[in-house]
Amino acid sequence: MRELSFAQALHEALDIAMEADERVFIMGEDIGVYGGAFGVTGDLVHKFGEDRVMDTPIAELGTAGAAVGAAVAGSRPILEFQFSDFSGLAMEQIVNQAAKMRYMLGGKVNVPVVFRMPCGSGTGAAAQHSQSLEAWFAHVPGLKVIEPSTPADAKGMLLAAIEDPDPVLIFEHKLLYKIKGDVPEGHYLTPIGKAHVAREGRDVTVVAAAIMVHKALEAAEILKAEGIEVEVVDLRSIRPIDTGTIIASVKKTTRLACIYEGVKTLGIGAEISALVAESEAFDYLDAPILRLGGAESPIPYSPILEKAAVPQVEGIVEALRNLVKGRI
Amino acid sequence: MAVEVILPKVDMDMATGIISKWHVKNGDTVKKGQVLFEMETDKSAIEIDAPADGVINNIEAQSGAATPIGAKVAMIYAVGESVQATKAAAPVVESAQVLKSVMLEKIATIDQSSSSGTRATPLARRLARQKKVDLASVKGSGPRGRIIAQDVESYKSVAAVVAAPAPDASATMAMYQAGYYDVKPLDGMRRIIAQRLTHSKQTVPHFYLSAKCDLTQLILVRERINMAAPLDESKKPKWKLSINDYVIKALALALQRVPAANVTYTDAGILQHHVSDVGVAVSVEGGLFTPIVRGAENKSLSQISIEMKDLAARARARKLQPSDYSGGTTAVSNLGMYGIEQFTAIINPPQATILAVGTGIDQFVPLNKQPVLKTLMECTLSCDHRAVDGAVGAELLQAFRAFIEEPALMLA
Repeated sequence: MRELSFAQALHEALDIAMEADERVFIMGEDIGVYGGAFGVTGDLVHKFGEDRVMDTPIAELGTAGAAVGAAVAGSRPILEFQFSDFSGLAMEQIVNQAAKMRYMLGGKVNVPVVFRMPCGSGTGAAAQHSQSLEAWFAHVPGLKVIEPSTPADAKGMLLAAIEDPDPVLIFEHKLLYKIKGDVPEGHYLTPIGKAHVAREGRDVTVVAAAIMVHKALEAAEILKAEGIEVEVVDLRSIRPIDTGTIIASVKKTTRLACIYEGVKTLGIGAEISALVAESEAFDYLDAPILRLGGAESPIPYSPILEKAAVPQVEGIVEALRNLVKGRI
Repeated sequence: MAVEVILPKVDMDMATGIISKWHVKNGDTVKKGQVLFEMETDKSAIEIDAPADGVINNIEAQSGAATPIGAKVAMIYAVGESVQATKAAAPVVESAQVLKSVMLEKIATIDQSSSSGTRATPLARRLARQKKVDLASVKGSGPRGRIIAQDVESYKSVAAVVAAPAPDASATMAMYQAGYYDVKPLDGMRRIIAQRLTHSKQTVPHFYLSAKCDLTQLILVRERINMAAPLDESKKPKWKLSINDYVIKALALALQRVPAANVTYTDAGILQHHVSDVGVAVSVEGGLFTPIVRGAENKSLSQISIEMKDLAARARARKLQPSDYSGGTTAVSNLGMYGIEQFTAIINPPQATILAVGTGIDQFVPLNKQPVLKTLMECTLSCDHRAVDGAVGAELLQAFRAFIEEPALMLA
């Protein structure tokens, strides 16, 4: 199978969707001739023209409103926020309009819009361009929130999002754009709402998403040398969340660690901890539930502090070791 | 103000006691310290004194009935105080059926009792429920004593150990034709022997070491020492040392030479004993006691001999105090007088070893290619492998043999 980068896989998904369905079009800042801040749209403007690859002004609320309206009117818009941090400006359209319209109109309309959300720290982009805000949106019934970790999933999940009848936010960690992986050719769908066991192990379940899946896998490889077998569950979908896969894994390993880049308090790890504690897996827990999340701080600009503000491999290794060895 | 007379707990293992004899009756005036009744525990008989001056009344526990420890058995009133009607303490019916139902009741309450105050993971709690383990008796290995699943897995409850292998009595009886046997009820001593030895054999990993000791020297020395024993007023020798007295002394000294064997295993750590407290199995009507000669390494043979005579006499009269038989760091069981050549003994916890001593046998052994007649005594040491390893046990037996074969060394 050929290798593509995460960004190339997303690009291919957009290309396939636009080729297959002329209702699909893209909006965003600098996505046309410039090719997108992270190069995802690339040359699509030359292939599909400016009507379908639409550069927008720096006016997130307006463009989000246009996208939601177009979706209600029968199009399949994809709106790229240059940084997901800017989506705060569009909250009204995403949370109050897109999320609620199907419900409030008794199912008479759908809002098949996709919001692309470049997120995460690690690029030196400082506090206003480095956040992981998926938990904000995952708190809203009516929205779907996905967060792929591999190029193959990025393509399959973006295609699934485009074909989904409801609003979907796809969070794309900026550090993932350049990672490479095998990506199947042609059209395929990676279902929304299904987690994936990225690595099997018997001692501890790590539930992670996006970049944290890679950090957890790295930590698992280090701990393997110490005889600790880490199971890594790649969440892939934050809402709906795949409770079945998480519960089955915790029942097997008897220990749970949630690792996520968003701020730890009230983040997705809080939800995973709670759903496990409420489930049949509770009686299988042989250690306290561990959360490793972002610091109680805006993402710092200093590269050293920026690293310190989110879980890193070294800290994950130590925390998992302590958890498995019964030290916490 | 009336004072309660309570059946006291005089021994760690006690759950019930039997009042074998009341020395007073209702209405008698008693003085503080006066003997009120005699009590039979699992291992001995003890006289219980009046806790206060006054008039005794409400004597409730009958002689011969097992009564729970802590139960009120009588009241002592001030002179002139009116006697209150009180409820009789229910005698405990000594049957396996009752014990079983008590056990089940206890297990049924585990869920409630264990959830408060015990730190345990949900998995450990679930396992404890499944295995009917009382978490309160499990030691946690996690942070701040938290019990994790592994702790429950490796925990073996005494109840489970004792209860598991015991077949239902009626099933056993059904294997024999009625009328061809009698049922002798278990007394406290038989019950405690069954419990303690079952527990020991099932939880203490035993291994055994045997060696033959040449008694030739010892027999000569013993004869000379006994001939020289001073006489008392009635012109009888003040003591007569037995082979067993030498065995006690030799084992006590050997433990001082090999301190690694003078130990007790506990989950919290190995107890390294400083003195050699040697228990000696004494057979009595209906069972046995193991009174202890304390600090035997520092006692002369004649002291040990006199002390043993006293302990054995009191054991047979069932007058031993719990302090006479609790603890101990090793024990001796001698069946030589029955002509037994060799046997193995079950360790009596918390002791880590026990020496099974056989009879002395005259045998020809080769010495410089010539047969020499020697008296050989075979001894078998049982060791608790949790605390005493093979080499340590072997060193102990070697040191013991050196003292037995060269008794003069015991003077050093």
